[in-house]
Amino acid sequence: MTAAAALRPALRDPLARRRLAWAVAAVVVLWPLLRLSEFRPSTLLAPANLHVMAGFVAGFLPPSTTPEFLVLLSTATLQTLAMATAGMALAFVVALPLAFLATRSLSIAAVGPADGRWRGRGVRQAVRMLMVLLRSVPEVVWALMFVRALGLGPAAGVLALAITYGGMLAKVYAEILESADARPARALLAAGSGRVGALCFGLLPLAAQELVSYTVYRWECAVRAAVVMGFVGAGGLGQLLDQSLKMLSGGEVSSIALVFLALVFLADAISLALRKVLA
Amino acid sequence: MKARLRRAAGVACVAAVIAAVLASFAYLAVDFRGLFTAEGRHAMARFVAEFFPPDVSPAFLRRVGFASLQTLAVSILGTLLAMAAGALLALPAAGRLGTTARWAARFVLSFLRSMPELVWAALMVLAAGLGPFAGTLALALHTTGVLGRLFAESLENAAPAPEAALRELGAAPVARFVYGTLPQVAPQCAGYTLYRWEMNIRMATIMGVVGAGGLGQMLYFHLSLFQQAQAATVLAGMTVLVVASDTLSGWVRRGLAAQSH
Repeated sequence: MTAAAALRPALRDPLARRRLAWAVAAVVVLWPLLRLSEFRPSTLLAPANLHVMAGFVAGFLPPSTTPEFLVLLSTATLQTLAMATAGMALAFVVALPLAFLATRSLSIAAVGPADGRWRGRGVRQAVRMLMVLLRSVPEVVWALMFVRALGLGPAAGVLALAITYGGMLAKVYAEILESADARPARALLAAGSGRVGALCFGLLPLAAQELVSYTVYRWECAVRAAVVMGFVGAGGLGQLLDQSLKMLSGGEVSSIALVFLALVFLADAISLALRKVLA
Repeated sequence: MKARLRRAAGVACVAAVIAAVLASFAYLAVDFRGLFTAEGRHAMARFVAEFFPPDVSPAFLRRVGFASLQTLAVSILGTLLAMAAGALLALPAAGRLGTTARWAARFVLSFLRSMPELVWAALMVLAAGLGPFAGTLALALHTTGVLGRLFAESLENAAPAPEAALRELGAAPVARFVYGTLPQVAPQCAGYTLYRWEMNIRMATIMGVVGAGGLGQMLYFHLSLFQQAQAATVLAGMTVLVVASDTLSGWVRRGLAAQSH
């Protein structure tokens, strides 16, 4: 109190008390979190862990370049890219009808009196629920399940991507379509056009660019997700990385990591180029 | 002429995309027809049926509840650590400490960002042993890369005038930053952090697949033992956690947006 009071009022932080209260509250909340997550930085320095990690990291250099491994690596890379692309294609097929049904701007009932007002609203709500369900389970979990059902291999990854990304694309497509000016579509609907016509000639010209650039961005994410899904047995780079990690072979891990970095940069570059051309 | 060129480029792009999709399906040689044959359908239906009814015995529910809390704790701590580390790295990355520091910080941030969380988790399990601590570290490492870059961008976009005015008045460097620039970027940075936290909850649920604790580890464990009923309960727990966090952060975001208008 005294130190603060000794300062001139102009130099005193007017929010000091509130800041202190927030800090105390943060500590009170943080403590159980630290306990729950078994937060013990000292384990990092435990001799056993340090020994394993040191040996492993020392093996990173030089990256493994044996011919057999390079063949494995290139097939895995191609598989990952193919998995992402095929998964995105299926996701697009899933998302298109869902987004079409969920978009409020295409509601005929909103234009004027129509019989199907409540039915339309019900369908939209149901579709939105379905989209939430598809999205809410992470793709790795879907992949884990599909690996159980279909066996190891990229099929599980493709289906998992199709489901989660289908839900995600549908939601964002609907949002983009709804954020576009609805008047052209409404005018078309009021003039007796069908919903597909209103979508193609009223909404798409306004929203096409954003839709394309979001789809390309999602493909980029799909490449990353395809890598991760390999960890649960869906093939590609992730599966290779998982095997190399389990064998503690640092050289292989560092080669895979390098390919992985290159892949991310490549996806970045491709999506930038695509967006520029299609814009 | 230019319009025709553009159109040709667009058509070429679309053709390339279609070719890439067809090539992907051909390369993977996935036989999806298996899914739609009577046999495949039966196998699928049997697989799904095994998940019902989910295990709702109180003892198991308690374990799922504990794992959910653990997942939540991992996501919060990972995000907080990343916020702190990201803020520290954002200062040099925004070019406040010279060009060399700027490039070094940017390189570190891109490296952290480009490895996915699950890969970091697999590495951290080696470094810190099985358990949620490895998951926390993995989340923190990846999220540091993401948040650091976003923070650096907002720092670069902040108006320089307030800080310049404070310098003219003779304020110390830290005070200049804290009172001149921080208030400008704080709301945006808080928004980014909240958004990442939402994503990290999802991530934390699956982190356990490589042994980093929480719901993911339970799911992997029970699926490996073919205990589908228990797995179904864990899946339900995951869904509840994700939907609840989505709803909550949606409210918070709307509240913040209403406040700023």
